[in-house]
Amino acid sequence: MSEHLRITDLCVDLAGYPVVNNINLSLKTGQIGSLLGPSGCGKTTLLRTIAGFEKPREGSIYIRDQLISDQSQAIPPEHRKIGMVFQDLALFPHLTVEGNVEFGIRHLSASKRIARVKSLLELIGLGGYLKSYPHELSGGQQQRVALVRAMAPRPDLLLLDEPFSGQDTERREQLSLEVRNILVQDGVTALLVTHDQHEAFTFADAIGVLNHGRLRQWDSAFNLYHKPADRFVADFIGQGVFITGKVLNDRELETPLGLIRGEMDHVPTIGTEVDLLVRPDDVLHDDFSPVKAIIETKSFRGADHLYNLTFPGGADVLCLAPSHHNHKVGEKIGVKLDMDHLVFFPKVGE
Amino acid sequence: MIGNFKHSLRFSPILGLIIFLTQSFVYAAEDNLVNIYSARKEALILPLLERFQSETGINFQLVTGKADGLLKRIEIEGEATPADVLITSDVGRLHRAKSAGILQQVDNAILEKMVPVHLQDKDNYWFGISQRARVIFYGKDRVDPSELSTYEALTDEKWRGRFCIRSSSNVYNQSLVASMIEHLGLEETEKWANGLVANFARSPGGGDTDQIRAVAAGQCDVAVANSYYYGRLINSDKPKDLAVAGKVGIFWPNQEGRGAHVNVSGAGITKHAKHPEAAQALLEFLVKAESQSWYAEVNNEYPVTPNSQISETLQSFGDFTADTLDLTVLGENNKAALQLMDRAGWR
Amino acid sequence: MNTAAITNSKKPQKLRAFSPWTVMNVFFTFTILMPIITICAYLFQPPSENWGHLVDTVLPDYIQNSLWLMIGVAFGVTSMGTITAWLTSMYQFPGRRLLIWALLLPLAMPAYIIAYTYTGMLDASGPVQEGIRDAFGLKYGEYWFPEIRSIGGAIAMLSLVLYPYVYLLARAAFINQSVCVLEASRTLGCGAWGSFLQVGLPLARPAIVAGLSLALMETLADFGTVQYFGVSTFTTGIFRTWFGMYDAVAASQLAALLMLFVFVLVLMERWSRRRARFHHTTNQFRRLPEAQLSPGKAWLATLACFLPLLFGFLIPVSQLILWAFATYQEMLDDRFIELAINSFMLAGAAAILVLIPALSIGYRNRTNPSIAMTFCTRLASMGYAIPSTVIAIGVLIPFGAMDNLMNDWMSDHFGIQTGLLLTGTVFILLFAYTVRFLAVSLQTVEAGLGKIKPSMDDSARSMGLSRGQVMQRVHLPIMKGSLLTAIVIVFVDVLKELPATLMLRPFNFNTLAVRAYELASDERLADSSTAALAIVAVGIIPVVLLSSAISRSRAGS
Repeated sequence: MSEHLRITDLCVDLAGYPVVNNINLSLKTGQIGSLLGPSGCGKTTLLRTIAGFEKPREGSIYIRDQLISDQSQAIPPEHRKIGMVFQDLALFPHLTVEGNVEFGIRHLSASKRIARVKSLLELIGLGGYLKSYPHELSGGQQQRVALVRAMAPRPDLLLLDEPFSGQDTERREQLSLEVRNILVQDGVTALLVTHDQHEAFTFADAIGVLNHGRLRQWDSAFNLYHKPADRFVADFIGQGVFITGKVLNDRELETPLGLIRGEMDHVPTIGTEVDLLVRPDDVLHDDFSPVKAIIETKSFRGADHLYNLTFPGGADVLCLAPSHHNHKVGEKIGVKLDMDHLVFFPKVGE
Repeated sequence: MIGNFKHSLRFSPILGLIIFLTQSFVYAAEDNLVNIYSARKEALILPLLERFQSETGINFQLVTGKADGLLKRIEIEGEATPADVLITSDVGRLHRAKSAGILQQVDNAILEKMVPVHLQDKDNYWFGISQRARVIFYGKDRVDPSELSTYEALTDEKWRGRFCIRSSSNVYNQSLVASMIEHLGLEETEKWANGLVANFARSPGGGDTDQIRAVAAGQCDVAVANSYYYGRLINSDKPKDLAVAGKVGIFWPNQEGRGAHVNVSGAGITKHAKHPEAAQALLEFLVKAESQSWYAEVNNEYPVTPNSQISETLQSFGDFTADTLDLTVLGENNKAALQLMDRAGWR
Repeated sequence: MNTAAITNSKKPQKLRAFSPWTVMNVFFTFTILMPIITICAYLFQPPSENWGHLVDTVLPDYIQNSLWLMIGVAFGVTSMGTITAWLTSMYQFPGRRLLIWALLLPLAMPAYIIAYTYTGMLDASGPVQEGIRDAFGLKYGEYWFPEIRSIGGAIAMLSLVLYPYVYLLARAAFINQSVCVLEASRTLGCGAWGSFLQVGLPLARPAIVAGLSLALMETLADFGTVQYFGVSTFTTGIFRTWFGMYDAVAASQLAALLMLFVFVLVLMERWSRRRARFHHTTNQFRRLPEAQLSPGKAWLATLACFLPLLFGFLIPVSQLILWAFATYQEMLDDRFIELAINSFMLAGAAAILVLIPALSIGYRNRTNPSIAMTFCTRLASMGYAIPSTVIAIGVLIPFGAMDNLMNDWMSDHFGIQTGLLLTGTVFILLFAYTVRFLAVSLQTVEAGLGKIKPSMDDSARSMGLSRGQVMQRVHLPIMKGSLLTAIVIVFVDVLKELPATLMLRPFNFNTLAVRAYELASDERLADSSTAALAIVAVGIIPVVLLSSAISRSRAGS
C-alpha cells in the first residue's frame, strides 16, 4: 500500500516564531493517525498547515504523492479535498442540519446530494433531523453532524482538531469509538489532534507525540507505552517514574530495588549509570518478596489501588495492586519488579 | 473634601444641561419687547432688526424657520404663543396664516397709507414689505428678446425642450399659477400648464438661481425665476457668477397687458400677540422710506412704498409694469394651483 | 431601575406585577409613541376630497419613486458597507488601518449638503460639464452626461452618506465572528469569496439588516435631498399635501401609508429569519488572520475601500473647502462660536438623553419579554422613518396643549402667565430628537445587551453582587462599545438634523445646521459652506473616537 499522506521536513512559523520543526510522518490509506501532545506543542498548527490555513517555511506535504504544500506553493484549502472537524465544531448556525451537511457537496446533482446527506445522517442515527437547526441538537448530535459534514465530500483526508474536547469525560470515549467506527466503515484516512492520550489510544492506529514543535515518536500505542523513544515520551505517555540503575551486563541492572533483569534494545558501556523507567504495572505486590517499601500515599481506582512507595534507598515508584490488597499509608509491603523489557535513558544530573 | 469635590464635578455636566435647557426661557412678560417668527432668513433681517432696536429702544427676540413650520407652530401654540409678529417671504403663506386664524386685523394709518392697496390684505391682516417679480430669463446668444412676450406664449411649440423652471412644490410657482387662474380661468390655465410641461428641457429641480445658471450653461434657452436671484448674480464678487449673469438676459413679460407677476414678502401681527403696540411699531418701522430701501436692497428686491429709492442694480433692469392683482387672491387660489400642477405632471 | 430592590437586597423580594420599572417603561413607550399616535389620530377623520386627487395624480409617483429610492439605496449601502467591512476585517492591504476609521467619515456629512456640493460640481453649469464643453468645444446636449438632479443622483447621494451604518454594524459582526466557521467552509470547498457570500454574509445578516434598516429609514425620512433634486417621494408628498393643500388629514394618511411600508419591510425580514439563528455556536475566538493579499489584489482592496471615502467625503469636503476659502472671513462672525457650542451641547444632551429610554426598554425586553411591550417598542422605533417635520408637529400638538392648560390654570389661580414652559424651550427639541432617534439608540443597545449571557448575571449575583453592582461591574464594561456607538450615532444625527431643529427651536437659538440651511436654501451655497464644514468637523471627533472603541471591543481578545 502506498503512502496516503506524507509530510517531509515540515517547518512552520507563526508570527515569526518557529512552531513546527522538521516534522516527518506518513499515513497509509484508511489509516487513522493521531497527533498527541501538551497544549502549545504545535499539533494544531501542524493540522492547520495540512488543511492549508498556514504556510510552511520549509518542507512539503504530499497526498497520494501529489504535492499540496511547500514553501513556494500551496493549494488553497478549498481545493485540497481535505475535510476538517473543528474543536468548536463550527456548525453554521444559519443553516439546517441538511444545509450543513450538503454545504460541501453542492456541485452534486440534487438526487445524489440528497441521497448522500440521507445516508450519512442515517449512519449517525440522525435521519430524522434533516430540518433541525444546530442549536436544537444535543452536544453529541452536533458532534456527529460536524463529522459527517466534513465527510460528505469524501475528502482524501479528514482532520479532526480536538473534536471531543467539548464533551464530558464519560461521553468522550464512547463518542470517539463511535466516530472511529464510522470512519473505518467509510474507509476514511484521518488525522486527529488531541491532548488526551486515552482518546488517541482508542481512536488511532498510529500516534505521534509532539513537544516543542518536534515529533518525538510516531508509533503504535503499544510501542509508545512500552518502547518510548525518549524521556519526554516516556514521561508524557502513561504513568511512571525513573530510578537510577547501573548497567551490569547486557541483561541486568543494579537498582535500589535490587537486581533487575530484562531485554535491552541497546547495551550501554558496562558500569554506566542510567535512568530506568518503571511503570506502575511493572511493580508487583508480593508479600513474600524480600524487597520492602513504605506506602507514602494511595488512591483507590476501583479494580486497583495505586500506591506511591518509597524504598529505603530513597527511590520512589508507583505500584498498581489489585484493590483487595488493601494496605494503610505508612505500612511496609513487599514488592517485586517484573520487567521483561528495560527502558532506560542516559542519566541526567540532579 | 476631595470626595465632595469629585462629587460636584460629576454633577456639573447635569447642572450645565439644566442651564442649557432653560436658558431660552426668559421671554416672560416684559413689555418693551417684540417676538418675531420670521420665514425671512436671519442674514436678511437681523441687521434691520438691530437698527430697529437702537432707534426705538424696543428689544426683540427672533426665531427663523420655514414659513409653513412657523405658521403651524403659532397655530398649535394657541393662546400661549409668544410670537407677536410673523414675517414671511411670500404672500401665499400670509394668506394661509389669515385663513388659519392666527393673525389679527391691524388698523394703523401709517401702514394703510404707505403700503399700496393691492400689496396688503383687504381686511388688513397683513402688509407687504418688499416685492419681487417672477420674470423670464433667456440665453442672450440663442434667444432674441423679440421672440418673447408673455407667460402664456411660453407654451409655444418653438420652446419645446428649451424651457426650465423649478418644482411645483415651490411656493413662487404656486403663486404664479394662482395668478394665472385668476386672469385666465382654471381651464385655460390647465391647458397652459400642460403646454409648459411639454416644453420642459429637464425634470424640474434645484432653486431659481439654478434655472438661471442652466440657461447660461445652455441646458435650456428660457427660464422663469425671481428677479432678485439675477440681481444677486450681477452683484456677486465671483467671476463665475458674473459670467453667468453676462450670458443671461432678463425679460419683463406681459408688459402690453396686465404686467409681470409680482409677489411680496410681508408681515402680520398674531392674534394672541402679547405685545401688540411694539409689534405695530415694528411694522411701521419696516415701511419707513429708509428701512424700505435698505430691506429691499439687501436682497435686490423692490420696495413696496412707491417713492422709495431703488438700487442701481434694479435701475439697470429698467422700468416695468407690475400686475396689480390683489394679492389676497393668490392665497385663495393656492390649492387649486397645486392640484392643477399635479394633474399637469409638473413635478 | 429598581432602587428598592438594591437597597433591600437582604430581604426576600416579592415579585410584583407592576414594578416601578414596568411603570416607567410604559411611561417611556407611550410618551414616545404620543407624537405617532397624534399623527395617526388624523386617520380616523373621513378622507378629504384631496385624497382622491392624490390617488389620481401623484400617489403612484410617490410610491414608485420611494420604492426605487429604497431599492437603489439598499443596493448601494449594502454593497459599499459590507464589502468595505469585509475587506477591512479579513485582509491586510495598504492603508487599511487608516481606512478602518476613515470609512466612517461620511457619517458626519449631512445628505442635503453632499447633494448641494455634487450639484455644484456636476450640474450643467458646474465646472465639470463646463470643462467638457470648453475642452471639446461642445454645447450642452451634444455630449452625454448623467443628470445629477434625478432619482439616480438621489440614490447616489444617500448611499454615499448612509453606507457607514451598514459598514459600522457589519464590521462589528465580522470582527466578532468565529474564524472556525469560515475555515470550515473553506475545507468544504468554498473559496475566500464563496466563504464570504455563503457564510460570512449570512451570519452577519442581522447586523447588516440592522444597518440597512437604519439607512432605509433615513432614506424614507429624507426631505432635503429629494426635494432639491425634484424627486417626489412620500416625504415631499406629505409636505405638499400638508402645507400646500393645507390638508393635515390627507398628509397624515400619506404618513401612515409610509409607516405601513416600513412595518411590512420589518415583518418580511423577521419572517425570513424564522428559526435560523445567527449567533455563533462557539465561544472560541482566534485572532482574525487578516490574510495578506497578493500586491495586485491588495491595491484593488485599497481602491475598493478608498472609493466610498473619496466620493462620500473627500470630494464633497474639498468642494466645501474651496467654497469656504472664498467666503469664510465674512461667514465666521462672532456668533459662529455660539452656533458651534449650541450644536455641540444639543447633540451631546440628546445623545445621552435618548440612551435612558433605550436602556430602560432594552433591559425590560431582555429580562421580561412580552409581546405587547415588544410590539410597542417596534412601533416607537419607527420614529426614525418618519420625516422630522411630521414628528415636530406630532410633538408640538400634545405639548402645546399641555402648555396652554398650564398657562390658563396658572393665570386663573395665581395671575401668572407661564407661557410655553415645554414647547418654548430646548426641552421640546430634545424630546423630538428622542422620538426620532430612539430606534438608533435602541438597536445598538439591544445589540450590546445581546452580548451579555444570562449566566453572567447569575454568576455575578452568586458572587455576592447586587443588581446594581452587576450592571456597573459586568454589564457596563461589556456594553461600553455599544453604548458609545449609540451615543455617537445619535450625536452625529442630531448635529445634522434640520427640519425639527428649525421648527422647534426657541428664540435667539441657532445651530450650525440652521445656519448652513438658511444660506443654502437662499441659494447661497458658497456662503453656507463654512457652517457645513463646521458640522462635519464637529461630527468627525466622535466618529473617530467611535472607530477606535470598536476595534478595541473585539470579543475574545
